[in-house]
Amino acid sequence: MMSNVVLATGLVLILIGLWGMLTHRNILRIIIAFSLIGTGTHIVIVAIGYVTNGTAPIIDRALTLLEAPARAVDPIPSALVVTAIVIGLAVTAVMLAYAIRLYESKKTLSIDAFTESKW
Amino acid sequence: MRRAFVVLVVVLFGLVFTSLVIAHNERHSLRPLAESYVKLVPQELGAPNVITGILLTYRAFDTLGEVAVLFMVAAGVGLVLGASNKRRKSSPRKVVETARLSSEIVQSGAQILAPLIAIFAAYIIMNGHRSAGGGFQGGAVIASGVLLLVLASTRYRIDLEFLSMTESAAGVLFVLTGIAGLIFAGGFLDNRMLPLGQFGAFFSAGAIPILSVLLGVKVGCELSVIIDRFRA
Repeated sequence: MMSNVVLATGLVLILIGLWGMLTHRNILRIIIAFSLIGTGTHIVIVAIGYVTNGTAPIIDRALTLLEAPARAVDPIPSALVVTAIVIGLAVTAVMLAYAIRLYESKKTLSIDAFTESKW
Repeated sequence: MRRAFVVLVVVLFGLVFTSLVIAHNERHSLRPLAESYVKLVPQELGAPNVITGILLTYRAFDTLGEVAVLFMVAAGVGLVLGASNKRRKSSPRKVVETARLSSEIVQSGAQILAPLIAIFAAYIIMNGHRSAGGGFQGGAVIASGVLLLVLASTRYRIDLEFLSMTESAAGVLFVLTGIAGLIFAGGFLDNRMLPLGQFGAFFSAGAIPILSVLLGVKVGCELSVIIDRFRA
């Protein structure tokens, strides 16, 4: 039940990002929308790994070694998301760098000004 | 017309996503692969944090590749933004001098917070194998401290030479640790080349703390370099 709510939240975030990407003309806003899609995807991946009544897969006093397989959530999506967050940051940095160069060439951030790469 | 098209696309995706949410069944037990990870990481690797065990031993090769991606991004951002900096070479000093100084509160706050952020980052990195934390997270915290310093003082200059040296050294040591795993243990980046120690102790889980520190230093340096590239 709980993971359904989280899953729905992540998917709504992806939809918001998609809508923002398609409607806005400013490059910075498109980049923000892209980051929203990325964040939504991370939430979806984590939600898929949830196990009912599960807790973080860290063995300590709260979660002993014996009961870990029964009570821990899936560690693989979490490990994937750690990776995905860092790569998402890297992609955002490259996009922002290109946005700076595009602004220098046309003195505007509106994608309507960049018609030469339009097909 | 355009608006209608956008609404159509979003609604169609919404329908697909709704069917996904309705069809999603929460699992009541772990998948076989996840179950073996949860069992094997504490037993074989001696690390209480299963995720760190996966990231730094079973999937450590992926982590190495990911750090390489970060390095390429730092180099790529430098390539894209570097030429423009050269063209404006006549003005950077002027930009620094005319830039609005940050307020007293931000400056004093940064002076107090910067050491605390550094200590917190070290704590996160060193506890990666015992509790929530690890190299990536700690490295990001280091970079956030650098960002705070950059925001607080326009005159603050990052020593890029030092950062690139540290970053390269950490990368070389990471690969050398991996090769040591190949020689002294079961394979590339195998953490069992060092004694596993007492379960849950500070110095335990073999080479995972070492790899965690190297990863944290490397990620922190790379993200700091990326932040510095975006200055005028």
